[in-house]
Amino acid sequence: MQEMMKNRAYALLENGTVDRVLGWTRGEFAYDMTPAVFRSADEVKKGFVYNDFCAANLSKYLVKECRAGGKILVFLKPCDTYSFNQLLAEHRIKREMIYVVGIECFGKADVEKVKEMGFEGITGITAKDGVYTVSTIYGDKAIKPADVMAERCLACKSKKHVVYDELIGNEGEVVEDCNRFDMVAKLEAMTPDERYEFWRGELSRCIRCNACRNVCPACTCEQCIFDNPNSGVSQKAAVNSFEENMFHIIRAFHVAGRCTDCGECSRVCPQHIPLHLLNRKFIKDVNTFYGDYQAGENPEAKPPLGKYEKNDIEPGEAGGAKE
Amino acid sequence: MNTETLIPYAGIVTEITQQTPDVKTFRVEAPGGGKLFEHKPGQCAMLSVPGISEAMISITSSPTNTEYMEFSVKKCGCLTEWLHSMEVGQMITVRGPYGRHFPVYDELLGKDLLIIAGGIGLAPVRSVINYVRDNRDKFGTVDIVYGSRSKDDLVYYKEIVEEWMTTPGFNVHLTIDNPQEGWGGHVGFVPNFVKELNPDLKKTVLMCGPPIMIKFTLGGLMELGFRKEQVYTTMELRMKCGIGKCGRCNIGNKYVCKDGPVFRFDELDELPNEY
Amino acid sequence: MKKLCLTKLNDFFAAVAAKQALYLPVNNKVGKAEFKKWESGVEMSKALNTLRSAKDFFFPQTENLMEFKMEGKSIEVIDTREECEDFVVFGVRACDAASFAILDSVYLVDPVDSYYKSRREHGTVVTMACGKPAETCFCGTFGIDAADPAGDVTAWEVEGAYMLRANTEKGEALLASVADLLEEGCEKAVEEAQAKTRAIMAKLPLAGLKLDGVGAGKTKELFDRPEWKTLSESCLGCGTCTFVCPTCQCYDVRDFDSGNGIKRFRCWDSCMYSDFTLMAHGNSRNSQVERFRQRFMHKLVYYPDRNNGTFGCVGCGRCLARCPISMNIVKVAKTLGGKK
Repeated sequence: MQEMMKNRAYALLENGTVDRVLGWTRGEFAYDMTPAVFRSADEVKKGFVYNDFCAANLSKYLVKECRAGGKILVFLKPCDTYSFNQLLAEHRIKREMIYVVGIECFGKADVEKVKEMGFEGITGITAKDGVYTVSTIYGDKAIKPADVMAERCLACKSKKHVVYDELIGNEGEVVEDCNRFDMVAKLEAMTPDERYEFWRGELSRCIRCNACRNVCPACTCEQCIFDNPNSGVSQKAAVNSFEENMFHIIRAFHVAGRCTDCGECSRVCPQHIPLHLLNRKFIKDVNTFYGDYQAGENPEAKPPLGKYEKNDIEPGEAGGAKE
Repeated sequence: MNTETLIPYAGIVTEITQQTPDVKTFRVEAPGGGKLFEHKPGQCAMLSVPGISEAMISITSSPTNTEYMEFSVKKCGCLTEWLHSMEVGQMITVRGPYGRHFPVYDELLGKDLLIIAGGIGLAPVRSVINYVRDNRDKFGTVDIVYGSRSKDDLVYYKEIVEEWMTTPGFNVHLTIDNPQEGWGGHVGFVPNFVKELNPDLKKTVLMCGPPIMIKFTLGGLMELGFRKEQVYTTMELRMKCGIGKCGRCNIGNKYVCKDGPVFRFDELDELPNEY
Repeated sequence: MKKLCLTKLNDFFAAVAAKQALYLPVNNKVGKAEFKKWESGVEMSKALNTLRSAKDFFFPQTENLMEFKMEGKSIEVIDTREECEDFVVFGVRACDAASFAILDSVYLVDPVDSYYKSRREHGTVVTMACGKPAETCFCGTFGIDAADPAGDVTAWEVEGAYMLRANTEKGEALLASVADLLEEGCEKAVEEAQAKTRAIMAKLPLAGLKLDGVGAGKTKELFDRPEWKTLSESCLGCGTCTFVCPTCQCYDVRDFDSGNGIKRFRCWDSCMYSDFTLMAHGNSRNSQVERFRQRFMHKLVYYPDRNNGTFGCVGCGRCLARCPISMNIVKVAKTLGGKK
């Protein structure tokens, strides 16, 4: 895969289709690749890396890149293409400035899970014939990719690219029987007190680093209300624990109907808070009350929360938490 | 005396003077009278209205004033707007003094001084000017070049005319950017005016004003033959703690609040251009 | 050298906790270690290190500084400081213990931060030598020995026991207070444990990392390097690195209207945030590349400038493990140090 991607990058840079490439560059270890912009075939040759640990959704970087002018090649996994479309729909990026190369995805690996299996002193991880070989200073061992697959990939909603200019690998299908709402259903089945305890337990770990917001492709406000000293709610840390809850709840409301469920928020959270569950609750509710809707699937579609229809559900009709 | 410098004193605003359309001078005294604390010319203090915010403001009064401290504040943000709207008798909080002062106790002694200021930039050096007036025998001649957008934007105008201009050994040169009815003085920008005045190269220069003025005036002084070692300025960056700990007002390895705000230009040359 | 049999570990914790609050690394609900107050039944985490650093004990994420009572035109300043109660932190690693010296160099120099000082004076730090350092560890680069951490008491895990060595008067007092649980220790067992740890350190990928290209006096050389742009290109501008970092000490001061007076509090701040240097009339670091550069220049050049060449990093590796885009101080230092 990496070689095919590099070859396309060389070709498209050389024939002038694009003037730069958004991909990943090598890290210190086998699992810490950094998103990077490559401006020449030589830079691609030296630094471009792609493997199962290249998990970042690159679509949000296009907001910044589109302001820089020129034309950029971006590699997008199926789930990333939904974010791309959503950004298009919100006029945050310009289609004509971007050349999308869709890449087939078999699910991303989570190095935390590798470490949780007991691997220490990791010096390398290589993939071959459907097996990862983890090298450590204590020796090598083979593991199954499925055992260390990122949580969000275990509930993958689609292997299909909803947008691309060309594709590397095979096109997949929307995953009809994905189980992504299972945990939401469990939370819904809880009593309000249990649910409150669950979220307090999770959100109390928040250190308010803003990684979830800054990585989120739906969070593209020029200035976030939480950064605006004149908003009255700009806080860098909790005055009391209530603040943390409000930050995440307000953010979830703000991306409701626009969140494509790319899972970046939970991936980047240094405290491992399952933030995606807040968004999935909204997605599930939108599906229930307005009919199935997947943000980013079709950039022309009218978002259910962005249009009014006479038979829209009335406030209160949906039913809230039962006491 | 507080044992924690972050904890401020409460002071009473005993007089408010409208200097220009957007600058007011606030006189602050301790609740029992007198000054809240002593300071040296060029030092700053953190002024605050609890619940609004806190900001670093230079102490414009001279340390030789034993009755009160004064702060001149330009209206440009949340806190300053609040300050501009308050009345005499209102309390505010003050902590300090912070930062490096102008070297009036050593390096400037006996020197002929050239003080250059633009707009509200006169506030920090006013402290020096009045200190020198009160210690007249310790310093040489004093030339003050001060400019602003218009006559109405000249701060301390009354004091300049009535007190500074009448002080022996003082020469005050005022200028405004554009011609204006009722103004018989010089018209033009400060950097050009300084060059026209062609000051003696023996003078030590203290300068404060908007960055653009500083940049061109410094260039002019260099052309005239001044060395950077002769020129002092005072900086302003985002300051929060005032004591070199909160980490935001640094220029390279120097904290403006602690190592400054007064710098000599040869010292600034050592720092990265991030201000 | 004293010895504590692991069979008596719970008695030891109970005895310490009977006199003062005791904190130690405990696994949270997602299996990550964090410092928690010990109570009966709490088990110490086996993780190499806590996800957040130990700086919270002395420099908490938020703390109230003072209060103001506002009535009409009058303001009353209320000093709400209270002397901190004695506490013990058990299981601090060498890197975090070294970070306290860096925090001290900021908060204990004139003018002393009395909030920080009170906690430092009342806290006793028991460090735990590392048994199995990770690939992200590079404390050795800063002359820190994972096998011989600082602290008031140093502990080594050996077969069935902890060896304990008091390093300070506070440490002596702590061990004396639980003397009946301790036996005479054995230097040799400690030396063996140390040799093992050091052998592992030497094999790790970051062993021998040198920071020759950065350091005191290098502002001019490094400030305008073009690599800052590429290094910072994908930085999200979040505060993860700063908040998990044991040496990041920048703070913000904010007021909060409690409805019953104004509380002024201090909280961690991040130079990565866009409003860090925002003033009413402008911002001295408008772009992420400037903010990114500030963070690394601070640790790798400015701090060493002000502190006899000591780096503002202890090599704990948290930023390596936590940065959402996997950019970190090692990559920065290597890129800047690699070539002129």
